[in-house]
Amino acid sequence: MALSTRADFERLVLPHLDAAHNLARWLVRDATMAEDVVQDAAMRALTYYSSYRGGDVRAWLLRIVRNTAYDALSARKRTASANLGDQDLAGDGPALQVPDGADDPEMALNGCERSAELAAALAALPAELRECLVLRELEELSYKDIAHVTGVPVGTVMSRLWRARRALMRGRLEREQA
Amino acid sequence: MTTGHCTEMQLLIQADVDGELTPAEAARVATHLTTCAACAELQLQLLALTGRFRREAPYKPASDALRAAVLGRLAATAPAALPQDQEAPWLLRLRALIRPRLRMTAPFGAGFALAAGLILATGLPSRDDLAGTLVAGHIRALQPGHLLDVVSTDQHTVKPWFDGRLDFAPPVKDMKAAGFPLAGGRLDYVANRPVAALVYQRRQHVIDLFVWPENGAGGINPDMTDRNGYNLLRWNRNGMAFWAVSDISPQELAEFVRAWQGV
Repeated sequence: MALSTRADFERLVLPHLDAAHNLARWLVRDATMAEDVVQDAAMRALTYYSSYRGGDVRAWLLRIVRNTAYDALSARKRTASANLGDQDLAGDGPALQVPDGADDPEMALNGCERSAELAAALAALPAELRECLVLRELEELSYKDIAHVTGVPVGTVMSRLWRARRALMRGRLEREQA
Repeated sequence: MTTGHCTEMQLLIQADVDGELTPAEAARVATHLTTCAACAELQLQLLALTGRFRREAPYKPASDALRAAVLGRLAATAPAALPQDQEAPWLLRLRALIRPRLRMTAPFGAGFALAAGLILATGLPSRDDLAGTLVAGHIRALQPGHLLDVVSTDQHTVKPWFDGRLDFAPPVKDMKAAGFPLAGGRLDYVANRPVAALVYQRRQHVIDLFVWPENGAGGINPDMTDRNGYNLLRWNRNGMAFWAVSDISPQELAEFVRAWQGV
């Protein structure tokens, strides 16, 4: 019986592995770490499976992926801080070691070739704006589901999306005028 | 980008672009856009940005290695790790949820495998519910290996393929220029007759266009309906019935039909 439950779980959850990896990859901005996060999130999801109460499976899974990703980021930040003594890594520190091109979305949009440009600008957004934009533009989640995944009210989702897009559009505008 | 009094409107315009507004709210936004050049420009920029994500989508799918690793870890988990007594309530709840009328309020997205399994388990929709039948056909076709009988992006390959397989010649068009490339076609069986199903792509989404001869049941103006989170647009033209079925938004499906009718 339990085996068939795991089969149910796999049938329900595995179709969303691409979405899980996409979100993890954009949140932690590191290929190896993202794969670890997806694996850990899948195991967590299996543990929480009995508490799943219907609704969008993908949103339910992505919420677990997001929490796993932030846990992994803070764990790595703690390790990095311990190793580097008193050096303070701002924001989601470890990810800054990933070559994103730029920390500033406007700068990122001004550089490199067009295909990589959007990725760089997205990667340079602050995490809370980046996750909203990834969930909306790449996963095409509704505001309500984004609110569920990120644990903030729909109004906050709307303003974060707006700030994220404004940052990308301003960068683009300045690039064209340059 | 826009000035003071438009601040609230910015979020509304964004919500409109994201397909989050009711028709009444969307109409209010549309009215405002005709009188405010700054907001009209903002809408264009938001649409352009979304378009860039669609075209240049820096999407990061899971690798096969990751998929295998996840399966491996799941398999390595002792089956007993799942409390056995929790399976029954979960399945019962799910079945109770869908039994009344195949009702699935949640969009399952790529979870179509589950949806199709449920449809098989609970019986197909009644014969008079044509829309439900077509959605079931659409979902069935999304199963691995079931989507296409003829795989081709060339309309001159797809159209002749139907010759001899159907007692009519369905019109076949590639609409790549409109952003809906043809992927191929297949045969389906709907309303007691074989029908043509043309398959189009929109990003990761699939649009099925079902076509069969039918006289006078409807007009050329598309009629929108939905079933289980899928949208359907139907119309009639030149003695043929057309049904477009997909999980893309109603706006995009309407765009597809406009492009089809305009080509």
